[in-house]
Amino acid sequence: MDLTLTDAPPSEAERDAVDRVLGPPASGWDGGARDSTVDSRIAHGGHHARGRRHELLPALWAVQERAGFISPGALGYICRRLTVPPAEAYGVATFYALLSCEPRPPRVVHVCEDLACRCAGSQDLIAQLEEQVGPEGTLTADGAATWFRSPCLGQCDRAPAAMLTVAGDPATEDVLAPTSAGAVLAVLRGGRAPAPPGVAIPQQGDPSLRLLRRVGIVDPASLDDYRAAGGYQALRNAVSLGPEGVVREVKDARLMGRGGAAFPTGVKWEAVARQSARPHYLICNADESEPGTFKDRAIIEGDPYALVEAMTIAGYATGSEHGFIYLRGEYPAAHHALHHAIAEARSRGLLGADVMGEGFAFDLEIRKGAGAYICGEETAIFNSIEGLRGEPRNKPPFPVTHGVFAKPTAINNVETLVNVLEILSRGGPGYAETGTEASTGTKLFCLSGHVERPGTYEVPFGATLRDLLDLAGGVAGGRPLQTILLGGAAGGFVRPDELDLPLTMEGARAANATLGSGVIMAFDDTVDLPRLLMRIAAFFRSESCGQCVPCRVGTVRQQEAVARLLSGRTRGGVDGELALIAELGQVMRDASICGLGQTASSAIESAITRLGVFSGGAR
Amino acid sequence: MTPLLPKRMIEVEIDGTPVRVFEGQTLLDACRKVGVDTPTLCYGDTLEPKNACRVCVVEVEGARVLAPSCSRKAEAGMKVRTDSDRVRHSRRMVMELLTSSVDLSTTPDAAGYAERYDARPDRYGPAAAPNPDRDRLRAGHHVEPDGDTAATVASALKDDNELYVRDYGKCILCYKCVDACGSQHQNTFAISIAGRGFDARISTEHAIELPESACVYCGNCIQVCPTGALMFRSEHEHRAAGTWDEAAQTVTKTICPYCGVGCNVELHVQHNEIVKVTSPADHDVTRGNLCIKGRFGFQHVQRR
Ligand SMILES: Cc1cc2nc3c(=O)[nH]c(=O)nc-3n(C[C@H](O)[C@H](O)[C@H](O)COP(=O)(O)O)c2cc1C
Ligand code: SF4
Ligand code: SF4
Ligand code: SF4
Ligand code: FES
Ligand code: FES
Repeated sequence: MDLTLTDAPPSEAERDAVDRVLGPPASGWDGGARDSTVDSRIAHGGHHARGRRHELLPALWAVQERAGFISPGALGYICRRLTVPPAEAYGVATFYALLSCEPRPPRVVHVCEDLACRCAGSQDLIAQLEEQVGPEGTLTADGAATWFRSPCLGQCDRAPAAMLTVAGDPATEDVLAPTSAGAVLAVLRGGRAPAPPGVAIPQQGDPSLRLLRRVGIVDPASLDDYRAAGGYQALRNAVSLGPEGVVREVKDARLMGRGGAAFPTGVKWEAVARQSARPHYLICNADESEPGTFKDRAIIEGDPYALVEAMTIAGYATGSEHGFIYLRGEYPAAHHALHHAIAEARSRGLLGADVMGEGFAFDLEIRKGAGAYICGEETAIFNSIEGLRGEPRNKPPFPVTHGVFAKPTAINNVETLVNVLEILSRGGPGYAETGTEASTGTKLFCLSGHVERPGTYEVPFGATLRDLLDLAGGVAGGRPLQTILLGGAAGGFVRPDELDLPLTMEGARAANATLGSGVIMAFDDTVDLPRLLMRIAAFFRSESCGQCVPCRVGTVRQQEAVARLLSGRTRGGVDGELALIAELGQVMRDASICGLGQTASSAIESAITRLGVFSGGAR
Repeated sequence: MTPLLPKRMIEVEIDGTPVRVFEGQTLLDACRKVGVDTPTLCYGDTLEPKNACRVCVVEVEGARVLAPSCSRKAEAGMKVRTDSDRVRHSRRMVMELLTSSVDLSTTPDAAGYAERYDARPDRYGPAAAPNPDRDRLRAGHHVEPDGDTAATVASALKDDNELYVRDYGKCILCYKCVDACGSQHQNTFAISIAGRGFDARISTEHAIELPESACVYCGNCIQVCPTGALMFRSEHEHRAAGTWDEAAQTVTKTICPYCGVGCNVELHVQHNEIVKVTSPADHDVTRGNLCIKGRFGFQHVQRR
């Protein structure tokens, strides 16, 4: 293809940032200096360069991190290097909230305005920033910093949260949690971020823990410590069982996916293993952007080798030699821990061309998300990895036959994968003894909001909502419970009189609720529920990819309806608005392409039908 | 091209009527075969279905959600409802959502669909003021609405070249122009979708003007645009002056005089003036596509 590129050149820094990711350009054809000996009459680029399209997002990230935004010159240089049309690259860059094609100062603080942080005073914090700095996007007096509102940063257990990104060489990213207006103002003025909080879980040391038993106890940086704590035994067991044997154990364990859809993992793996098309791919979904979810972070930060080992087993079982970990961009500590673990494992022959000398190859690559909840949807991840806009694909065809790069792909959530270690040490049937008939094993739950001890908790399936709330010390300050958001923004609200709900897949379904990604967010009687609904509506409006009409426009109309219920200036009265919300919910559920649109009204509708939020009228 | 193998026929049921279609054909094909008139907006017969608008949804027995008939392949034994309450509801809501947010005044079938499904777009309130910054909106951020007005995609007319104008306030984001400009037809890739969600828009890189972009003015995007968001300058000017008169137009099919390929062109003539040029979509060589000469190079036959 002929590229038409603007004349704007990249700066030296931008060029260097891109070259560090893509390697130096081979010739004048792809952006290097002209050299008559190599550039003569042979055109370079073409198929070979286009085959590198999947490096687009990493290249865009490199520029964003170095320069703070992606200038026309930098975009043009990336396009030349990868033979990507600039309009397409622009379309990709503008899809992600953490990338900017408009000038931005080097220092940016992303301040969480989502549900759990509201319980911890984030609205006050934001009001102070607005007063002292100005509305989001305003430059500080020295012009070197600004702040933006952000959806949930996955730090709800240490709310209120913010994330500081500083462009440069090296660029830095730091989570500030818990934070305060004073602390945010200090980093905006150029102060250093305080040391990140260590990994801690409330149940630390509890002997009944399985998935979390090493978190906070075993040094997450040390491969030796991981091995001393039982690490890599599961992989040995896997190799002695052979790939089919592993799949059999996972099926016998009746492991269900923990990413929200509860699909049987063994069935998925078997289907991928059987595909004759090659290569096969494995993807770990670590996008974790559902508001209120932070369990995968606890695992990755606290026990990264567990994920590396589990993925190696999954790769072995599904015949995949290449694994991607799609990690949300807002998890710098997890990125760091995982990056280190992968490098260590590789250096000891636990990843690479001949894993453990057992004659199979497997390696891992981290792909950093860039601020898009939709990129947790499995087919959107494929597009994102391939360097396309993170829009979900139409299904069928399904990932097991046509996944990333149109090849058979097994994609699983972090927690799902880590369960496989348990299965291989206990055996499938032994694993299935824990939990209930239909929901086997243990489950991680993310407790946040108004609870005494927020955090990631692990319990066997079958525990009730009350059990979990008790584990977390009950409602903070002993206040009355108003409601619990179960399953996240895509889940629903339940009443205080429903605490005996068994937290199993089947129990939730029977109660017309969902466990979703394991979110349990409690709200006490002081919480302004209609405002929360407004935030949920805003979340879906902001995160819709925009591909299909029901979700693209429906989420906007839903938000407008909630806004009218808040202002009291209803159209057709409260009943008219509630009916409208139900109608919008119906078309989004029935006719949207993907799960985002299909669940965009569920929490709001549950607040209406289950809690009767507006039954006393609008506010 | 896939080799021409004999294709199997399969049977599906549309509203209780059995119909046999070739394997690989869609539910829309099956609907058409039994004469069930199905609304479509983003579907175009020369492009891969993007199934973005969802106005064509049907209910497949046993499925949790509705299926876009334009892209869902028929499978043996499928039982399909095209007029159930759920189908009618979704079609009505899609028309309400589009009509309340997009200027559909030049989308030929929109008013008919809206009426057929009893859409009431005005119940979302009066249209909000246009957002002058649509080209620069940040993904993941928006200004909180008060609900008093209904957001729309209205934006300033892009009038930056001699040949055609772009009015994205009329755009339903069907992706057809992008696919036509890109790998499916033209391979120029001058435009893409930028931004996200309700703020997504068709754009060149950094929203630069067309003459600075890769555009070669083949007009193949205009050919596939179902809404009039992309429009010949001549049509746009006639419409602005109130002199656009489709009833008075004749369409003459002829062969492009420029090169040896011999593309078919359709000259739309109003009062002895060529007002636009299309190309037959069902022609297996050109599939509706032309180059700048065939599409816009008609000045020499008329004095303007
Ligand atoms: C909008 C949306 C966001 C999602 N986000 C995530 C996510 O962050 N992490 C995840 O594991 N699954 C997420 N999912 C579910 C995935 O599509 C997919 O079902 C899951 O990764 C499969 O893994 P599992 O079988 O191990 O659960 C999301 C789905 C939707 C529709
Ligand atoms: S439902 Fe929403 S997020 Fe999913 S494809 Fe449609 S517009 Fe995109
Ligand atoms: S006129 Fe042709 S080249 Fe220009 S945007 Fe349209 S399809 Fe692309
Ligand atoms: S400009 Fe026309 S063809 Fe392009 S997306 Fe909009 S409506 Fe579709
Ligand atoms: S980090 Fe703020 S709500 Fe999750
Ligand atoms: S015509 Fe089928 S989805 Fe638009």
